[in-house]
Amino acid sequence: MNTSDSEEDSYNERSALVQSESPTIPSYNQDHDMSLPQETDSKRRRPVSSGLDEPGPVERERASTPDGEEEELTLKYGAKHVIMLFIPVTLCMVVVVATIKSVSFYTEKSSQRLIYTPFEEDPNSVGQRLLNSFLNTIVMISVIVVMTIILVVLYKYRCYKFIHGWLILSSLMLLFWFSFMYLGEVFKTYNVAMDYPTLVMIIWNFGVVGMICIHWKGPLRLQQAYLIVISALMALIFIKYLPEWSAWVILGAISIYDLIAVLCPKGPLRMLVETAQERNEPIFPALIYSSAMVWMVGMADSSNPGSADERQRNEGRARAQEGVESEDDAAQGGRRRYSAEEDLEEDRGVKLGLGDFIFYSVLVGKAAATGGDWNTTLACFVAILIGLCLTLLLLAIFKKALPALPISITFGLVFYFSTDNLVRPFMDSLAAHQYYI
Amino acid sequence: KCYQTKRSQKKDTNRANIIGLISFDGSVLYLSVHEDTVIRLHCCAVEVFFGCAFIAFGPSFALFVFTIAKDPLRVIILIAGAFFWLLSLLLSSLVWFIAIKASNSQDLTLQRGLLIFGVFFSVLLQEVFRFAYYRLLRKATEGLAAISDDDGSAISVRQMAYVAGLGFGIMSGAFSMINILSDSLGPGTVGIFGDSQYYFITAALMTLALTLLHTFWGVVFFEGCEKSRWWVIAAVVSLHLLVAGLSLLNPLYEGSLPPVYVITLATGVWAFFSSGGSLHSLSALCTRRKAEGESS
Repeated sequence: MNTSDSEEDSYNERSALVQSESPTIPSYNQDHDMSLPQETDSKRRRPVSSGLDEPGPVERERASTPDGEEEELTLKYGAKHVIMLFIPVTLCMVVVVATIKSVSFYTEKSSQRLIYTPFEEDPNSVGQRLLNSFLNTIVMISVIVVMTIILVVLYKYRCYKFIHGWLILSSLMLLFWFSFMYLGEVFKTYNVAMDYPTLVMIIWNFGVVGMICIHWKGPLRLQQAYLIVISALMALIFIKYLPEWSAWVILGAISIYDLIAVLCPKGPLRMLVETAQERNEPIFPALIYSSAMVWMVGMADSSNPGSADERQRNEGRARAQEGVESEDDAAQGGRRRYSAEEDLEEDRGVKLGLGDFIFYSVLVGKAAATGGDWNTTLACFVAILIGLCLTLLLLAIFKKALPALPISITFGLVFYFSTDNLVRPFMDSLAAHQYYI
Repeated sequence: KCYQTKRSQKKDTNRANIIGLISFDGSVLYLSVHEDTVIRLHCCAVEVFFGCAFIAFGPSFALFVFTIAKDPLRVIILIAGAFFWLLSLLLSSLVWFIAIKASNSQDLTLQRGLLIFGVFFSVLLQEVFRFAYYRLLRKATEGLAAISDDDGSAISVRQMAYVAGLGFGIMSGAFSMINILSDSLGPGTVGIFGDSQYYFITAALMTLALTLLHTFWGVVFFEGCEKSRWWVIAAVVSLHLLVAGLSLLNPLYEGSLPPVYVITLATGVWAFFSSGGSLHSLSALCTRRKAEGESS
């Protein structure tokens, strides 16, 4: 399959979005986010992100209640939010692993490569292969950095329409072309006969409903399901088209980039966050998975819903990297912020960037693809979940945007290589003799 | 459905030597008991897969669904427990791997000895990590106490003990069983070199026993740590070593499975009484049920 221009764009955009999305939870979300089991003393620092409107009302509300109660309220939601992220991440990984294990297409090595990894890995020479994978990584990361910077620049100069168009194009690509490919491969694997009219109807419906759910309005569960599906599709594409060693090096490099981009003062993501905060806009909801269960209590703001939605949509675009939240969430975000004033009880949920989903699934998928050992896959899965848990813990401590990739990917990589090389022979020997530990 | 074919057409001389060879290929099991007779049993490999999967993971899955899934904090503690078990396995594999690489790979008895050493070392390390997890959970209890909401109570150490034990058990069971399960699906021959035919079922039973044992040990261990009863900890460690040692008797399954199940039952009873249960509460449970049944 030759990568067309628009597909590259979508790769760019998706990858740009992906990396940056590191701030798993945009700062405005943190306040009502979980804090963690703190040690007895209940000092609650004033959350850093008090600039945004959204946290605003929430904070005011919170300040009114006594400190202990306030902590209890937020802590109550803490563990629940972690689980609300565990479930979609698990689902995405399950979809990817199930596909990898059953549909052989995604594990077949094709001669085609993405243009972002131009150097071919020569399996004969270790040194050459290593060098080429590093070069591939450099190319890929630079592409991502450039795209992120372009996005930040576009956001700074308020070219919202351009960003919007870019995102729509990329979702179109994912929802129609990649899902068509996926469906075709599944049919081939299970030898299912399918005629084109039926196929066109299925893909058309799937795609259109997906576009509506993601970019406009839709039931929350459906939107979440679509986000999980497109993350899985993207992860499968990465698994197929990234060369073996390059994929691992890229995973490592992406987490380092994530760390830098989010935490350094001049990092593009941080600049994005701060710009959004200055403008009092919620961070870009375009590609953020939100687990929010929002009550549409009704807008306290009397301004017409149309403009509010439009504004949300624009704001959404801004934080391209953030991961995934659809326009729907953007709209909901608007309503959410108003309803926050009305009712503190509603569960705002947490947000995680789609890029996180994608790279977690790439890691677990590659663990499943190479070797066929289920222990490795399981170990990577547990490692990633624990990394996510720790990240959310840190989030609750620091209360500002944090990258979600570094800890999980580090744990995942460590566990992958160690389980594959150390634990596997051990467990195989034990199983051969039926010794149990 | 079982039938005999008289005088198999193929002159397979190999078959004359192999008695009791079972192979499953897709959906048919072949049992050759004599040179000329082949008994075909209709037995699905998928049935073996499901049977063993349910045996090995049924109870732990039920425990998870009914006691853990509803409470997010317990899920987190479960997964963290699984992670700690994984860490212990990683370290013990590292040690074993180094030992293997440093030794002569041709000497089979040495390799076997090293494997046995690996088994015992891994057991010890698992208990060390169980203790470490206990310390971590104790440290977090203060913070967790603040999480107590109006309706529920903060998670108690006993509940954490149970969940941590179950986490260890599930992960241990999964690592022992999952590869075997996935192999049971595919075409293959059990015991082609003269090994036992009961490989899958005994693996599943052993996994089940170990999962339950880890859960009970978790309860007892944490309780012992809480009350600073070090003999309890020593007992748990020695029981674990005993169970691992019994598994060394495999494939003499009579020597390993029944004793392990006896130990499981005994540890279960011990855990029940250790976590505050009593015969009185058991009878109260029954009479309350009866009373409720009568009143309704």
